[in-house]
Amino acid sequence: MSVLCLVELDGTGVADASLRALSFARSLAGPDGGLAAVVFADAAAVAGEAPAGEALAGYGVSDAHAVEPGQLAGYAPLAWARVLAGLSEATDASAVLAAGTDRGTEVMAHLGALTGAPMAANCVSAAPSGTGSSGAGSVGAGPAGTGAWRIVRQRWAGLLLEDAVLEASPALLTVATDAVPAAPADRPATLKVHVHQPELADGDLAVRATESASRSGGISLATARVVIGGGRGVGGPDGFAPLEELAGLLGGVVGVSRVVTSEGWRPHKQQVGQTGTKITPELYLACGISGAIQHIAGCASAKHIVAVNSDAGAPILSHAEYAVIGDLHEVIPALVAAIKARATSA
Amino acid sequence: MEILVCVKRVPQVGGRIVVTGDGQDVDTRMSGFAVSPHEECAVEEAIQITERLGGTVSVLTLGPPEAAEQLRDALALGATRAVLLETDGREWGPIATAGAIVAEARHRAESGQGYDLLLLGNEAADTGDYQVGVRVAHGLGWPCVTGIKGIETGDGTVTARREYRGAEESFEFGLPAVITVKEGINLPRYPSLPGRLRAKRAVIETHQPQWQPDGLRKEALRVPDTERRRAAVLGTGVDAVPALVALLDELGVLP
Repeated sequence: MSVLCLVELDGTGVADASLRALSFARSLAGPDGGLAAVVFADAAAVAGEAPAGEALAGYGVSDAHAVEPGQLAGYAPLAWARVLAGLSEATDASAVLAAGTDRGTEVMAHLGALTGAPMAANCVSAAPSGTGSSGAGSVGAGPAGTGAWRIVRQRWAGLLLEDAVLEASPALLTVATDAVPAAPADRPATLKVHVHQPELADGDLAVRATESASRSGGISLATARVVIGGGRGVGGPDGFAPLEELAGLLGGVVGVSRVVTSEGWRPHKQQVGQTGTKITPELYLACGISGAIQHIAGCASAKHIVAVNSDAGAPILSHAEYAVIGDLHEVIPALVAAIKARATSA
Repeated sequence: MEILVCVKRVPQVGGRIVVTGDGQDVDTRMSGFAVSPHEECAVEEAIQITERLGGTVSVLTLGPPEAAEQLRDALALGATRAVLLETDGREWGPIATAGAIVAEARHRAESGQGYDLLLLGNEAADTGDYQVGVRVAHGLGWPCVTGIKGIETGDGTVTARREYRGAEESFEFGLPAVITVKEGINLPRYPSLPGRLRAKRAVIETHQPQWQPDGLRKEALRVPDTERRRAAVLGTGVDAVPALVALLDELGVLP
């Protein structure tokens, strides 16, 4: 079947979440299907020799639709959706999808609203109904004539899965950013670039982004290699100094639970959780955090979780690999001292 | 400024999510309910805007009769009018939900008291559909932006800000409009005692819209089978520090 995937760029390359969405889309399209990408960029940015073009071909994309800025300078969600709707119709796509990022989700919601069709957010698998499997990689069928799909999608930020039937043609969906790994195709595809310069109505451009502030320096919570977590057990706004010091020593950052931001102890941008940031570090050291599921939704993708908690029965111990049972106000300063002593003796 | 805030009643889950025996719902026998987190902030934002510019805050929810509790929570904080779109407990999909909200907004406009601004949460904590606000905007023909962390109001226009890959992007557009917000846009206040008393006495407008099926049909809910393990305990108190240092060394995170 033919699948159309909205692709976001990160600098000159393809954003990681879009590479994952492309991997999902390629499985859905099947070996005989067509995988097309829509990129809002100049044709030169997705030409075969450009980094993004190379990535698209490597992920099995046969057709890249470059939608050139023109009127579209600056991200405009409704305009992007309008363009996607046109391309979906022109290419007779069986499914249109995007990564479940802020922009991908927003554009797909607009596309659903424009067409009146349902949109399934944060899917982890999808297959035409009747193929007898819910795996995205299992599709050998032709176009979904029935327009019915079996999907599995995330609820509660991934803490719960929903098995559902989506009745729509084309299927509109976003791919959960942790649904599948980014996996290039066995053989790169031959990439054809199609250039579009759409005429858009003023109404579609009424909401348009201006990038207004430069990127903040330092390590971001979302991409930090080490995160030192602090929860209610820290006790108050003045208790974070040892955690900050430890984070500094390990080249990481401090993240906090929801209660800490709700109490105003730390700014919301430091929150790890369903309503904050999802983190993916090598090490998450969770100090004085009980482990409410709202928090687990944000840290479950950490490679290793170590808990420091005075309560041996805290739920966090069901998610952590290792634990120290003790008061973080004693353990963390002692840990800082030990790491410093080790560094001087080395 | 006339503002309508749409909130959702969601289960207040603590340590773990349990699904009911029939696989259709989250088991809430052991948990309470609350306003979905982003929407707590939407209520606070609406109150702050009317404190600056005047006007009133209406609050709306679509849910079972018990969802009146969440409307009263918002009334206690400073909303002055509440609308309950009462359901029979069935789950409403985003298309039907948006349709019911659009009908209420149109009804209000016809009576000459139309809204200038609709605020919703970016997504509901439970169903996570991420689209009701956008569909409402399309239904009304209004501009819309999602995931907002800062709102400034001007003369008939609004500037909305959000994060994008560590930078900030802003959108400026005219009213009326729909904005969905994220937690962190503000720190919601606590209700005052007079507020609670006022909320208790308030009359809630109730309508019973007709349930409509969406094209996305839930079959079952399940908890993903990630291994639930028990952490290996390295030790107790400061005596555990040498073992902890050794572990961090093994993980390759020490300087």
